[in-house]
Amino acid sequence: MKAQGLYNPQNEHDACGVGFVVNLDGRAEHKIVEFGIKVLENLLHRGATGADVNTGDGAGVLFQIPHRFFKETVKANLPDAGAYAVGMMFLPQNDKDRAACVSLFESIAKEENFQVISWRDVPVQPQVLGLGALHEMPKIAQVFVTDKNGKLRGEDLDRALLVLRKRMEHECGRDAGGANGFYVASLSSRTIVYKGMMTAPQVPLFYPDLADSRVESAVAVVHQRYSTNTFPSWPLAQPFRFLAHNGEINTLRGNRNWMKAREKNIASPLFGEKVDKLAPILEDNTSDSANLDNVLEVLTLGGRKIGHSMTMLMPPAWGVKHSMGSDVRGFFEYHAGIMEPWDGPAAVAYTDGSWVGANLDRNGLRPARYTITKNGFMVFASEAGVLDIPASEVQEKGALRPGQMLLINLDTGRLYKNAEIKAQLARKQPYRRWVKENQIDIHGFFNAVGEVASDRNTLPKKQKLFGYTREDLDILLNEMASKGMEPVGSMGSDQPLAVLSEKPQLLYWYFKQLFAQVTNPPIDPIREELVMSLMTFLGIHDNFLAEEPAQARLVKLRYPVLSNEDLGRIRTLNLDDFKCATIKIMFPALVENKTPGKALDDGVKSLCAEVEKAIHAGNNIIVLSDKDIPDEMAPIPALLAVSAVNQHLSKMSIRTSCGLILETGEAREVMHFASLLGFGATAINPYLAFESVADMARHGELMSHLGVTEAIENFINAMNKGLKKVMSRMGISTLRSYRNAQVFEIIGISDSVVEKYFTGTANCVGGIGMEQIATEILMRWRASIESKDSILPVGGQYRYRKDGERHLWTPSSISDLQAATRNDDYGRYKKYAAQINDQAEKQSTLRGLFAMKPTTAIPLEEVEPASEIMKRFVTGAMSYGSISREAHESIAIAMNRIGGKSNSGEGGEDPRRYQLLPNGDSLSSAIKQIASGRFGVTSEYLVNAKELQIKIAQGAKPGEGGQLPGHKVNDEIARVRHSTPGVTLISPPPHHDIYSIEDIAQLIYDLRNANDQARVSVKLVSEEGVGTVAAGVAKARADMILISGYDGGTGASPLSSIKHVGAPWELGIAEAQQTLVLNGLRSRVRLQVDGQIKTGRDVVIAALLGAEEFGFATTILVVLGCVMMRKCHTNGCPVGVATQDPELRKRFKGSPEFIIHFFQFIAEEVREYMAKLGFRTFDEMVGHSDLLELNPAVSFWKTQGLDLSKIFHRVPAEASQVHCTEHQATGLEGALDYEFLNQIGDAIEKGRKVTIQHNVRNIHRTLGSLVSSRIARRYGYVGLPDDTITLDLKGSAGQSLGAFLSHGLTLKLEGEANDYIGKSLSGGKIIIRPPQGLTCPPEDNVIAGNVILYGATSGEVYINGCAGERFAIRNSGANAVVEGVGDHACEYMTGGRVVVLGLTGVNFGAGMSGGIAYVYDENGRFDSLCNTDMVDLDLLDESDEDELRALLENHVRYTGSPKASRILKTWGRERERFVKVFPMEYRRVLGAMSKKDEEVPRRAKAHE
Amino acid sequence: MSQDKAFMTIPRVDPGYRSKEERVHDYKPVAKELAPEALREQALRCMDCGVPFCHGMGCPLQNVIPEFNHAASIGEWKKALEILLSTSPFPEFTSVICPALCEGSCVNGLNGDSVSIREIEHRIIETGFENGWVRPNVPAQHLEKAVAVIGSGPSGLAAAEMLNRQGIHVTVYEKAQYLGGLLRYGIPDFKLDKKIVERRIALMREEGIQFETEVEVGKDISPEYVLRKNDAIILACGARKPRDLNVPGRDFSGIYFALDFLTQQNRLNGAEVFSPDPFLNANNKRVVVIGGGDTGSDCIGTAIRQGAISVTQIEIMPKPPMARAQTNPWPEWPVLFKETSSHKEGCERRWCVNTLEVIGSNGKVKALRCVEVEWVRGADGRMSPVAKAGSEFILEADLVLLAMGFTGHAIPLVVEALNLSVDGRGTIIRDSSGKTSAQDVYIVGDVASGPSLVVRAIADGIRVANQCVQSLI
Repeated sequence: MKAQGLYNPQNEHDACGVGFVVNLDGRAEHKIVEFGIKVLENLLHRGATGADVNTGDGAGVLFQIPHRFFKETVKANLPDAGAYAVGMMFLPQNDKDRAACVSLFESIAKEENFQVISWRDVPVQPQVLGLGALHEMPKIAQVFVTDKNGKLRGEDLDRALLVLRKRMEHECGRDAGGANGFYVASLSSRTIVYKGMMTAPQVPLFYPDLADSRVESAVAVVHQRYSTNTFPSWPLAQPFRFLAHNGEINTLRGNRNWMKAREKNIASPLFGEKVDKLAPILEDNTSDSANLDNVLEVLTLGGRKIGHSMTMLMPPAWGVKHSMGSDVRGFFEYHAGIMEPWDGPAAVAYTDGSWVGANLDRNGLRPARYTITKNGFMVFASEAGVLDIPASEVQEKGALRPGQMLLINLDTGRLYKNAEIKAQLARKQPYRRWVKENQIDIHGFFNAVGEVASDRNTLPKKQKLFGYTREDLDILLNEMASKGMEPVGSMGSDQPLAVLSEKPQLLYWYFKQLFAQVTNPPIDPIREELVMSLMTFLGIHDNFLAEEPAQARLVKLRYPVLSNEDLGRIRTLNLDDFKCATIKIMFPALVENKTPGKALDDGVKSLCAEVEKAIHAGNNIIVLSDKDIPDEMAPIPALLAVSAVNQHLSKMSIRTSCGLILETGEAREVMHFASLLGFGATAINPYLAFESVADMARHGELMSHLGVTEAIENFINAMNKGLKKVMSRMGISTLRSYRNAQVFEIIGISDSVVEKYFTGTANCVGGIGMEQIATEILMRWRASIESKDSILPVGGQYRYRKDGERHLWTPSSISDLQAATRNDDYGRYKKYAAQINDQAEKQSTLRGLFAMKPTTAIPLEEVEPASEIMKRFVTGAMSYGSISREAHESIAIAMNRIGGKSNSGEGGEDPRRYQLLPNGDSLSSAIKQIASGRFGVTSEYLVNAKELQIKIAQGAKPGEGGQLPGHKVNDEIARVRHSTPGVTLISPPPHHDIYSIEDIAQLIYDLRNANDQARVSVKLVSEEGVGTVAAGVAKARADMILISGYDGGTGASPLSSIKHVGAPWELGIAEAQQTLVLNGLRSRVRLQVDGQIKTGRDVVIAALLGAEEFGFATTILVVLGCVMMRKCHTNGCPVGVATQDPELRKRFKGSPEFIIHFFQFIAEEVREYMAKLGFRTFDEMVGHSDLLELNPAVSFWKTQGLDLSKIFHRVPAEASQVHCTEHQATGLEGALDYEFLNQIGDAIEKGRKVTIQHNVRNIHRTLGSLVSSRIARRYGYVGLPDDTITLDLKGSAGQSLGAFLSHGLTLKLEGEANDYIGKSLSGGKIIIRPPQGLTCPPEDNVIAGNVILYGATSGEVYINGCAGERFAIRNSGANAVVEGVGDHACEYMTGGRVVVLGLTGVNFGAGMSGGIAYVYDENGRFDSLCNTDMVDLDLLDESDEDELRALLENHVRYTGSPKASRILKTWGRERERFVKVFPMEYRRVLGAMSKKDEEVPRRAKAHE
Repeated sequence: MSQDKAFMTIPRVDPGYRSKEERVHDYKPVAKELAPEALREQALRCMDCGVPFCHGMGCPLQNVIPEFNHAASIGEWKKALEILLSTSPFPEFTSVICPALCEGSCVNGLNGDSVSIREIEHRIIETGFENGWVRPNVPAQHLEKAVAVIGSGPSGLAAAEMLNRQGIHVTVYEKAQYLGGLLRYGIPDFKLDKKIVERRIALMREEGIQFETEVEVGKDISPEYVLRKNDAIILACGARKPRDLNVPGRDFSGIYFALDFLTQQNRLNGAEVFSPDPFLNANNKRVVVIGGGDTGSDCIGTAIRQGAISVTQIEIMPKPPMARAQTNPWPEWPVLFKETSSHKEGCERRWCVNTLEVIGSNGKVKALRCVEVEWVRGADGRMSPVAKAGSEFILEADLVLLAMGFTGHAIPLVVEALNLSVDGRGTIIRDSSGKTSAQDVYIVGDVASGPSLVVRAIADGIRVANQCVQSLI
């Protein structure tokens, strides 16, 4: 599918299920292929289908060449195995094109010294395919080729074949991808790929070959794809030629840019001269996984073993917090200098026919489980239980940990585990010594910052030149220099987009940061800091195929913010191979006969030429500087300079080895640094920010009284923290791969400028050209030269200023709205609305530029009534905690009265509110939100909802977490959130059960089980590509998708996040509408929009763009009395809206009536527009974007280049396909729980004990949740007495076993389970023990997956075996015993007890603010694995011992754990081996009360 | 910015006035001041609102109040001054006599006492003067452009200042002996010390502004001539035509316009050489002030200082409420019952009183016949006063001061000479840039918009001056 409107195929993502099966001894058998397909079928639920349910997103299998089969099938004489290759070719269906392809292939083969032995039409059964797949189906043929001289075989033959294939791809007039119908699925002497646009069960049906018993292999790698979009693509099905990938490469654009920059300079004796034919190495217009495969292929055929290559591409985190040997660290450091990581969640399975392996990303963001049998068979997959293997045959069950890998050598039959592989790799060369001997050591580098001089006489002039405002100083620099943190603000953003602002804007303001949502997770840059790195190098070498000591000849920078001293040190390095040149970035301000734009453009061009010259003259560190430029010159915007130079050098293939340092007066906030790095800068020296901070420090203007150096160090720290946050928002862990990744979108710059200087960056509305950019620079330049005032402009971005940036919330719009809604005064409302709507003169928003085309009007009376329209209105998610109870309940009452919906926000809801008030009012929020912290998410909470909303992101800070500081957690909030008063509550950046698109399908399925009557919605934030994500979410069966604008959001958030992340909803909703209609998915989902929606006109515009429902938040708070203090984060709201302070809450003067008036006004205004447009019903209006146009009255000088046609693009479709007309399938039919419910009969009603036995397997997901929902509906959170209902299960349970399990329900599982066990456990009990007959010790056996007890509020879990990563994450009340855990256990835990009887991974207890963990520390190394930022490690006291013993006794009783019995037997000796992990804050809160006291309310809570 | 919740923990403190006993014997300023330290603490009460209504709605000058409050709170007086002067040319006037519209829309005032913005402003500017930080704003160079400003009241001075800053040669014509207009002659010294006005004029002279006093344009010099000699004229002549009392007996002597009364005392205080005729003095007289506004209040204070036996102030409108009415919500200017320092010095105030007749003897006023009224909404929805039956009463008076407002300009000659278009009520018409129907003639302040506050006059002067500069260069 081609780009159209706002849809761009570049944004497609995919994820999925992946796995392999292998005979460790290398024995080829048909059984392996059969098992591979079986695995595939059992991973079906991880894939997806589109609107056409028979067209799967893709599936396939990669295995060894079945020599016997071909020998007997191909009607030609095949040489011996290994001496010939088979190409699996997708060819055009059209005979003529196909003939051309075949003949081109044959002629290139000839030129490359190959002999084509034969072609074979692969037998296929197209009738099994879906229509979409069938339509795109290529002709599939196999070609058999051999080296003309008959010498090459195996890897050597494959290397030569790579050149052949590359040539074929390039000369075929395109780079694979199959647009011409030509694509090579595989061409190898060792492996072959059978794949296509289908679902797993279709694979063996479509390819009868696979059922042939002569098709034998020792290994089969399989993949089931879940693509966000549904446009059929055969080539993008996986596996690729070497690998199958589950996850997403977030750094893809950067990786691609770097590969392009250096691919012309690679060399290898193995390829010789033919190496030139490899470029471009990366196929265009394809997926991240395909590109990863491209590089893996070149690296591996370039001479490295496949495992070695994978380690280079996906290195584990090797920072100081990871313990490893010096040689291994040396190996990673050496390779870090060669290749930036391909970063993102990833489980990769791969084989080259000789080696088979699997890698997991550094953060363990995908599941990777394996089983090895006693007879040398192994299965590895995204889930446990994909093959039925009798327990007695199992030798080992395991999981890959973050950053780990495993390898099998099929020739020797040897399995290598992670530590062994890495140790061997590290010893291959003396890498550590290479690094030590070659790395350039600069004395004093990155040590203490020196004094910075400041001069009040000259400073303001410089500040004005670079557009400093008083806000930059008062708000940004002051806070960062004083506290080392970015400043926080509230209440969204309502000032004009940069392109609409009358004030000269720095170029950065035209850029918006992208962020991860759904398809990959953001990282927590604080609690999971150990996977992140800001380290970077100067002097990278291009030839990544080489392996020599010189590649370690680098200057290492610890972080990218250079102090003046450090820049000086680099400048004076004085080494022959590290020479530094400084080049001014400036252009003449006033040139006759030349427009400013031309002067700027010429300036940029000559800058590029100058840099190129300097590099050719032997300099390899280039400092681009705008320091001390003469008065008649104006600075080129640093971002423009760096991006232009970076791209120019890349094109010239001289970028990689050159360090690009910026010495700039512009950069002063996180967004500036992030974008400079994102567009290619190596490091930045913000000299003017330093001087400004120094000046403030000297004059006592900082909030904390600090010396100059300390203030500057704080500033640098704030910047580094901020950069990590920006990177983590996108899920990127290392600066090396963030750099040049261009993870931004542009709003308001013309295509010509973007194509020229920011090539490849998303840009959809056009905007200013060089002329306007230059004009803005010159406005600043004039202010700097002409005015002697020392006072800087006010700014006005962050607060309303008459002389500053315009805002939509002004004293008069606020007071008009309040007066209107209080006095039910529609006239006054219209006065308010006019201030927002009329933007012909003064533009603020994109929609302000729109006009509605004239149509035939109808009488107002014919338009549907306001009461109907009001049902489409919802209020935004604002938690009780962020706003006062009074405000929260007023909103709920109002929305329930008008038939709209209010939103609980994150943080639970007081069950008291589920009872109707005597007057019939309901305080219950119709929408219950499920956010990443899962606070207050219980079975009871979920059953009391009409809508369950998964909040993926929020407009104010997409891709970030949040924190409710302990001092704000009062008794009531703690009770509602099921936590302890006074204990800080952290919401992590990601949902720890959504790391990938298929995960959200799982969570939606979970929520449907938790409440099968509510609709499920997903909240996304507008950004480029959100339409594609929305399509993925629609395929995951959400009922409604909410697209939030970047500018909305009432919550507290870092200012740079409020202003610089995400896009306006006009773009997001239009892209979502267009993409969903294109995919045929629109009729299955409703679309909702929110973000600074203030008037009926806003509603109508959104509806025309495709929205059916509308959310309001800020306006509602204003109606309730908010005066836009923007100080919500201080708890000092003076009108009692956003505060918990009892005194301030008394000041609350709002009322539900005001809100009702407001919505009546909005609906009336909507009706007036509908009458004008001629729509009788709202549904008719939805999606009529063709009625919008750019308002011709707008004549602002910066908007002339805007092109909004992509927003107005209307995808042709039938009326029933442009809004929601049908229900989404729930997927619940066939859920085992319905069977359980039948068997339970009236046991719930009567409270009668009952036990049910059942066999389960991995496809049985979310077991016990539906039953729990019935208990919660009947009994609330209290549930039933212990063990009333017992489900006795055998086998491998699917994901989310026992999610939301209510009290009184017990799940006993004999076997194993997958991820998300006991998610939001609500009092139930889960017991897991190994299958009978398992001979390996249970404590060594991985029996449970990742992310267990996420958000659990109470209940018990006993696991006789090891669990995966993030055990008991955000647990706030459950007790658990387990025999071993992975990384990040007890992360963000706020309550409950966790006992670990064995080894733990790293980062135990990160962000743990409450609860207690007891860890059996056999080897005394636990302190090195624990993140002690928030916890103490203590000895056990007597009451601890009692508690621990009781838990262990339960564990033995329920699971029969041999290890626990052993420990209990020798308790006197063993008890001292236990470490108590005690959060400091929790200790303080417990303070006076003994643990017993705390236990009582905790228990009582569970039973109340 | 501010300390957390200082707005809740620190109460507003007002400095109050000098004691009544002391102040009624002199014309020195009655207001006291808080110590700078105390004011710093008061400044902490500012919440640094995201949408500061004081700045965005209250203050016509758009003073960036939160920022100077913050600077004051940390003792950065010089920075505070810089911020204050960036929007306000004469804070020393407004910080003394402004009713402080900013405080009326202060968010703190929503639930409690607003921040003492006016007093903080006063401390900032006076600290500036004390430390010599207030320097003349001399333009880098003067352009070949000249503008005449007619009238030296607040709007004229503001216009002159802004024109001069942008390099325009400015001549200010003033018919009176001294400069300052109503600042000098309308406002009693006990509210605004005239030294403050003189201090500013001196600075403006240093900046290069020319002042011509005792020149009445239209009388002493023809407007056409002034226009010929300049590139533009800005008329800042005020709205000096007072509203008269049209009742039987108005001709008796002893009935005077408030402004005449106040001007005479100001001239005396200013030691001007003149012979007061008639001599308007309240000594030993029963004084009735008609009109409940600020001018009336100024008359009360002046009359008391002159030695009046009694002072009564009557007002036809009802007594304003003590707390905001439903129809007068925040952030509108609160229309509240107000007691000025002059009221506190001893006078009787009556509301809903209409004057029916002046009773006199020997050609002199002896008493007023008044009636109480009720305000009733008529069929057209407008409120109008209706006499309360049987409520008539006699108010004895030796001196009656009419402080009933102003109805328009008092420069018919100029209007005629320049041929300025006027509307039905005789108001000179101007466009949004302040320009009249005549080429290069602008009007600012009260002459344009009717009688209003000093701060509004200054704001208008700035705005129109900038428009004027725009059209000249």
